[in-house]
Amino acid sequence: MTAARTMAANTAGNALRLPGSGVDDVRALVLSNERVNDSYNLLVVEAPGPARNAVAGQFFHLQCPTTGEDAPYLRRPMSTYRADPQSGVVEFLYKVSGAGTRGLASLVAGDYLSMLGPLGVGFALEPDWRHIVVLGRGVGLATLAPLAEMAAARNIGVTAVISARDQDQVLSVPRFAAIGARIEIVLDSDGSSSVDHVERLLRRIHTEGHADAFFTCGSNRLMLLMQRLGDELGIAGQVAMEQQMACGLGMCHCCVRDFRVGGETVSRRVCWDGPVFPLAEATSW
Amino acid sequence: MVDMGVKIGGLALANPVMPASGTFAEGLADVVDFNRLGAMVTKTITAELRSGNRVPRVAEISNGLLNSIGIPSKGLDYFLSETLPFYRQFASPLVVSISAPTADAFAVLAGRLQLPGIAAIEANISCPNIEEDGHAFAMSAASTSQVMRKLRAASSLPLWAKLTPNTGDVVAVARAAEDAGADALVVANTILAMSIDTETRRPTLGNIMGGLSGPAVKPIIVRMTYQCARAVAIPVIGCGGIADANDAVEFMLAGAAAVQVGTATFVEPHAMTQVIDGLAAYCARKGVGRVADLTGAVSDAGLRLGDTEVLP
Repeated sequence: MTAARTMAANTAGNALRLPGSGVDDVRALVLSNERVNDSYNLLVVEAPGPARNAVAGQFFHLQCPTTGEDAPYLRRPMSTYRADPQSGVVEFLYKVSGAGTRGLASLVAGDYLSMLGPLGVGFALEPDWRHIVVLGRGVGLATLAPLAEMAAARNIGVTAVISARDQDQVLSVPRFAAIGARIEIVLDSDGSSSVDHVERLLRRIHTEGHADAFFTCGSNRLMLLMQRLGDELGIAGQVAMEQQMACGLGMCHCCVRDFRVGGETVSRRVCWDGPVFPLAEATSW
Repeated sequence: MVDMGVKIGGLALANPVMPASGTFAEGLADVVDFNRLGAMVTKTITAELRSGNRVPRVAEISNGLLNSIGIPSKGLDYFLSETLPFYRQFASPLVVSISAPTADAFAVLAGRLQLPGIAAIEANISCPNIEEDGHAFAMSAASTSQVMRKLRAASSLPLWAKLTPNTGDVVAVARAAEDAGADALVVANTILAMSIDTETRRPTLGNIMGGLSGPAVKPIIVRMTYQCARAVAIPVIGCGGIADANDAVEFMLAGAAAVQVGTATFVEPHAMTQVIDGLAAYCARKGVGRVADLTGAVSDAGLRLGDTEVLP
């Protein structure tokens, strides 16, 4: 039995770990790879080892195929959208935005995908939390959906605040609905996604006693809002971050971001020290 | 059975494959058995704390990578209390890569590393990312000689000098390092380079310039390995774009006694162990009993550099 890395475990520093602690380097069979709307694709692969070990918030490093126009040299980090130990299936929700994701989009059922992981530090849930709030936008929701399921499995209630450009861009609602989450959708198209409106929404959820912890991913402006409210209301929080990566294993130090810790600015590696970090320590990106 | 052992000066390695500095750290132990490696080479450490360069710190190019990491370092005390104990878990010899702003500071740092569990010092006198405009000690024979002499006086550990390709005369630098007491040369660090995003017109690196590595640099560094190995008596460790066993064989034929695998590990975490297995398979297939016999075994007899055929 290997222990996945979670944020709580990591705050004590990187303990000495023996080789092979749950990171697999596998060729996974592609089961399907289809568009879910005009921006996002869903890739489903069979990878029993990784599916067993992955914790919400962890990511995989994917070797994206070369296509006619692109030859992505480096792997691409991709957060886990689903990792199901029973079926051995791992899913990734991604937006086609560059050479790597164009390569991913070229995969068809029956192809193989080289994937390394699960990597990084995932979300951690405290035993005394009864209700959490997840606030996400765009592909950030892909990172939060498995967190909601992890919370539900521990009888922690979830309120999901889902931000999107318009109704067509709303992602993952069935995933949150399936675990009985209370769902609040806010949109650019009707102005409800404004920081002011989301702030009122979060304050209301807090007043109702449903905000023991805050979680966010995918929007700098929403992260800053949640950080400010968390500080004011004394609510703990975690944020999942993105950054350009090369190695994915903490070796190359390219994926650093700045964090505020005890009045000092410290540099941390998103791939190794994160991608999930304490919300209070995050800085604007 | 192929004898995979090699000797780098006085240091015996179980096989000739090790990581390139900066592409290896604790996290890889989750994936690769470090006890299989010929040696372990740390990311460059400095005595002082360093934050590193601004992001973006890497940029992908065709068949390679630009980086301007800038040697972020938690300092010597952190290395001694946290990093060194981690590597002491493993049987493979540990090579500590060091950097410093002056020759004297290099010597002071090396002097503090004469410790159990450290098998050799690799002097990173070639990082293109830490000095203004990509300057480094190993760009000139004189500054190479100066820093290596001070290091030699300060340490009785095997000293490896990591050279830079960013010099007009790598052979002169190689000879200077040897004359100053280096036990081996690592050929070489990254090639100073730059790329620009044509959509945004911005340099792709936050530091504007950085070091080029990966398969794209391999023929240049094979050439430098060949030149250096012919010019010095000390072992040369080849480092530049090695991704598979065939690349490693090529470097060894050119004169390398051992090889470092770097950027390839980012793409394929098992690259080093694949190179080890592939080298053994190559030797077995070719009837080579000792992998060390590949060193300098290029068939260049009858060929001469600059041999121009004069047309009638």
